[in-house]
Amino acid sequence: MGMTVAEKILARAAGLRAVAAGDVVEPKVDLAMSHENAALVINQFLEVFDGTGLPPTVWDPSRVAIIFDHRVPAESPKTATNQKKIREFVAANGIAKFHDIRGDTGGICHQILPEYGYVRPGYVVVGTDSHTTTHGALGAFSFGIGATEMASVWSLGYAVNIEVPETIKVVVNGTMPPYVGAKDLILHIIGTLTAQGANYKVLEFHGETIRQMSTSGRIAICNMSVEAGATSGIVPGDEETVRYLREVAGVTDDIPLTTPDADARYVRTVEVDVSKLEPQIACPHMVDNVKPISAVAGTKVQQIVIGSCTNGRLDDLEVAAGILRGKKVAAGTRMLVFPASGRIFAQALAKGYVQDFMAAGAVVMNSGCGPCLGVHEGALGDNEVALSTTNRNFKGRMGNPKSEVYLCSPAVAAASAITGVITDPRNN
Amino acid sequence: MAKVIIALGNDISTDDIYPGRYMATVLPTETPQFAFADRTDFNARLKAREFPAGSIIVGGENFGCGSSREQACSTLKGYEVVVVAKSISRIFLQNSINLGLKVVLCPALEASEGDELDLTDDTVINRTTGKQFAQVQMPAARKGIMDAGGLIPYTRALLKVRR
Ligand code: SF4
Repeated sequence: MGMTVAEKILARAAGLRAVAAGDVVEPKVDLAMSHENAALVINQFLEVFDGTGLPPTVWDPSRVAIIFDHRVPAESPKTATNQKKIREFVAANGIAKFHDIRGDTGGICHQILPEYGYVRPGYVVVGTDSHTTTHGALGAFSFGIGATEMASVWSLGYAVNIEVPETIKVVVNGTMPPYVGAKDLILHIIGTLTAQGANYKVLEFHGETIRQMSTSGRIAICNMSVEAGATSGIVPGDEETVRYLREVAGVTDDIPLTTPDADARYVRTVEVDVSKLEPQIACPHMVDNVKPISAVAGTKVQQIVIGSCTNGRLDDLEVAAGILRGKKVAAGTRMLVFPASGRIFAQALAKGYVQDFMAAGAVVMNSGCGPCLGVHEGALGDNEVALSTTNRNFKGRMGNPKSEVYLCSPAVAAASAITGVITDPRNN
Repeated sequence: MAKVIIALGNDISTDDIYPGRYMATVLPTETPQFAFADRTDFNARLKAREFPAGSIIVGGENFGCGSSREQACSTLKGYEVVVVAKSISRIFLQNSINLGLKVVLCPALEASEGDELDLTDDTVINRTTGKQFAQVQMPAARKGIMDAGGLIPYTRALLKVRR
């Protein structure tokens, strides 16, 4: 019986010839990522070692990555103290894949991992963040876990009791119309599958549209796979994966690819034709409350956000800057831009996008999660509405349960910033 | 028999259970104060603690969807409640098992606030309505962690053998 990509990766990592959906395996972990919640992981990790007489050291420091992004720079003494504690742990354990609060090497965890070549096709990647599904964009089997499970991985080097998930095959064909992109595609897929339609399953992406898509677009798609409940989203590695890892991440060693067998077993196949896709909007307060833009155009918005691990990359900023260039953000609307990494910020500066945003009246902020999780900047006022390129619109997500968040692509966000209402970029 | 102290609908997210702005608080002794912080009536009801251990929070489909934050489990565990839901998102379910928050999967469940439920090994009996619903059993692998008392003792035992 043939295997899907997830099955092949798990079989390899568990030292087995073959596995099938439903099997329980203990895969070795190739990369274990945490952000500020490493503070909690450290607590749990020390508790594991408590009373064992063994020194509390991580199993392999070269496979542990820690990136500060959720609250950078720290918004409170509590966060600052957590970050300080993590720095000390990083130093004591010799963890080199550590990205502190810096303008050059800092950024959002899900951007840093691909950008620095930490993720490779065929890897098992775990992260204490639900959007760890992102790294399937490079052909890895990558999924989110809790802090205690990470403490277990740091201790053992493998994940215990992993059920091999079933896989849904998503086949995407057609050429995207102008101003329609990866974000619209994944919003459309989530709307179709629902927020729990892929629970406990993998989404494996195929089709001509995916093959033609840049790694940046694939990242957006895999990033949001979790919003349909998926354990992981995977684009099987191909020439584009190799190009990205060589050209962007500077990887020089071998890059073996893992592809599914022709007779791999899928629980379901979903076919999507994007050639007539409209820009898509996820409406409050559920990510699967997805409507074509025509249904909500004209809705007044007070805050526009462009950024996050979903849509804060250079091509996202390029599209938005292109729409805003020479225009002004509407009075009564504020616009916040936060590039996904320091490197992207520098590139956006060199290309003049940052200047375009600022001249239009947008505020360009340091790389990090920023308003995406509403913790320390960009919170909304009571009854305010945000239109954001981020990935979640749960009640209270942008810091205020009495506000509303709509999700969209960078093109829609930029076009709407100029008018102050949800605007179809194709009518610009 | 235990009483349903809170009954919720579908897609209750971890932002609902434990809003992101409290994520810098990590200690299981400190997280319970922020349970359902944005639903002030639930938060007050829990904090009043006028219910015995083992009282029930009922969830619909996809309970605990969203973030991987473990505080969403520790915040409920602090009140020694049992979560009985129609379905539970993957990370929340795994976190519950890892931390020892008792969760029961019951796809056809019908229960309202104030109902009295009996949780047997494989059914949920609603004593108030007289209806009975089947539970979905946890996979054997997960039971191992539950039997060990959570993932920390489970890992500690493995560590001694394999390191
Ligand atoms: S940008 Fe938002 S979704 Fe991405 S890692 Fe940060 S908080 Fe999570």
